[in-house]
Amino acid sequence: MSDLTRRTAAELAVALAAGDTSSVEITSVYLDRITDVDDAVHAFLVVDAEGALASAGAADARRAAGAPASALDGIPVAVKDVLATRGLPTTCGSRILEGWVPPYDATVVTRLREGGLPILGKTNMDEFAMGSSTEHSAYGTTHNPWDLDRIPGGSGGGSSASVAAFEAPVAVGTDTGGSIRQPGAVTGTVGMKPTYGGVSRYGLVALANSLDQAGPATRSVLDAALLHEVIGGHDPRDSTSIDQPLPRVVDAAREGASGDLTGVRIGVVQELGGEGYQAGVLARFEECVQLLVGAGAEVVEVSCPTFVHALATYYLILPAEASSNLAKFDAMRYGMRTLPDGVDLPSAEDVMRVTRDRGFGEEVKRRIILGTYALSSGYYDAYYGQAQKVRTLVSRDFAAAFRKVDVLVSPTAPTTAFKIGEKVDDPLAMYLNDLATIPANLSGVPGISVPSGLADEDDMPAGFQVLAPAMADDRCYRVGAALETLLHDRWGGPLVPPPLEGASR
Amino acid sequence: MPKRRVETVEAISRDEVRHLADLARIDLSNAELDHLAPQLAVIIDSVASISDVAAEEVPPTSHPLPLTNVFRKDVTVPGLSAEEALSGAPEVEQQRFSVPRILGEEA
Repeated sequence: MSDLTRRTAAELAVALAAGDTSSVEITSVYLDRITDVDDAVHAFLVVDAEGALASAGAADARRAAGAPASALDGIPVAVKDVLATRGLPTTCGSRILEGWVPPYDATVVTRLREGGLPILGKTNMDEFAMGSSTEHSAYGTTHNPWDLDRIPGGSGGGSSASVAAFEAPVAVGTDTGGSIRQPGAVTGTVGMKPTYGGVSRYGLVALANSLDQAGPATRSVLDAALLHEVIGGHDPRDSTSIDQPLPRVVDAAREGASGDLTGVRIGVVQELGGEGYQAGVLARFEECVQLLVGAGAEVVEVSCPTFVHALATYYLILPAEASSNLAKFDAMRYGMRTLPDGVDLPSAEDVMRVTRDRGFGEEVKRRIILGTYALSSGYYDAYYGQAQKVRTLVSRDFAAAFRKVDVLVSPTAPTTAFKIGEKVDDPLAMYLNDLATIPANLSGVPGISVPSGLADEDDMPAGFQVLAPAMADDRCYRVGAALETLLHDRWGGPLVPPPLEGASR
Repeated sequence: MPKRRVETVEAISRDEVRHLADLARIDLSNAELDHLAPQLAVIIDSVASISDVAAEEVPPTSHPLPLTNVFRKDVTVPGLSAEEALSGAPEVEQQRFSVPRILGEEA
């Protein structure tokens, strides 16, 4: 029954409810798939077969008793390795946390467990979520299931690759500057960054507190909404969590699936397109816009002039917050401790310096030093202070745009997946991947990436991004689901990567 | 308050990078310094473009959504046991974190 891996989580949930299959069967089939293809894809850092099957058995018992814990009870999930999982190693892709087993669960993980979703394992990522390719993981690069020589995006390349390669029906990622949406775009999957504060950050190892947000990585828009409902909502343990009911995201995804967008006002962001964007990515984007027009949407061009400064703003704010956050990896209470060579009785500070040098990878050191610089006295006003002001301007651009339109759209990433190794030693070129996704993080608004098709140049997937006002996540789902329906009608079904069976590296 | 502007940004020097690494408690090797310093200079040069974007009166944003302070109810909730809290420690002694010496050798 390997075709179970090809079904969406929503379809699997229907099959479970009808008694046509069991969670143990579904979980086993996915674990087999991981065994078959993950040597080639390397989406997972750790697989918990025993734990997943035990949870699956419990889910089956609840279903049999007529008391499922959630709509996705029994549907297995993969979790990005930046979320703390009690009893399961959590490394954030870093040597400095090698072997760390958290004594507690992130709230997102608690909700997955309470919702009955068996956790298949932890997915690979750029170290501490710094990167756009997973090449900055200390544990090896994840490979794009569409072409194993290419990157799967990042930082959550493992989560998106796992769903693209049918190793998991759904996964959880985190998005600080595009780390759910950009991997979604380049692997031909769906990725949703909820409104900042919409999903708890408790137990999410912080990269940049004011930007980080966890969300779903899936193969369909409805699946993303179903997972969003499980993990989202107010959490008293996160003081930045929004104390309001979650928008009705599942209803919105179902409504959008009708393919009708009559009366919806859509703004194409002028600044997120054109120069620097791959022709094939733009061609698929334009086709999608025409489909939305055909579906009854009113489409206009909108200008957000300060978005051109978003990238520079982000690369000041993020390193500043990261340098402060990562100070806690000090070799004292948890994680790695390395003693300096040839020093008798080293001081705590000696140990700290050596441990941080050996434990952190190159990109992490780059950003810590950049953040330390931006926060130094004498530069603070010119850099960090200015960046915070530009952040205000970006939010004002969003506010002005959302007075005219209901949602904003753009390509998710400027290019399709590039070759592994191509940009790894050119940080600026790497940073450009997040050009179109960063404004949403700066402003806290939600954004979804939906596959837009394959680019003509390389037959690799591209993504279509839908941004909505804060707490209007439902609009992302409605427009995203409508586009998905219209595209599936044209394609005769979802985009499917070439078979990986027998693929080896 | 006089507004500080960076009109011309000088590329960050190797010594400055060494100093910053020192502040960040990272023991960079010479090879790492050679590699990182020019890359940081390029990055800083590119992000410096924002120094003139926002007018003086624009308020800074530190957080994407308006926040008010949040208090929790003053009730006890279960936390980590001492054993759990120490479970990831590199070294433990008498149910405490054991750390290298924190004072100078002469102290």
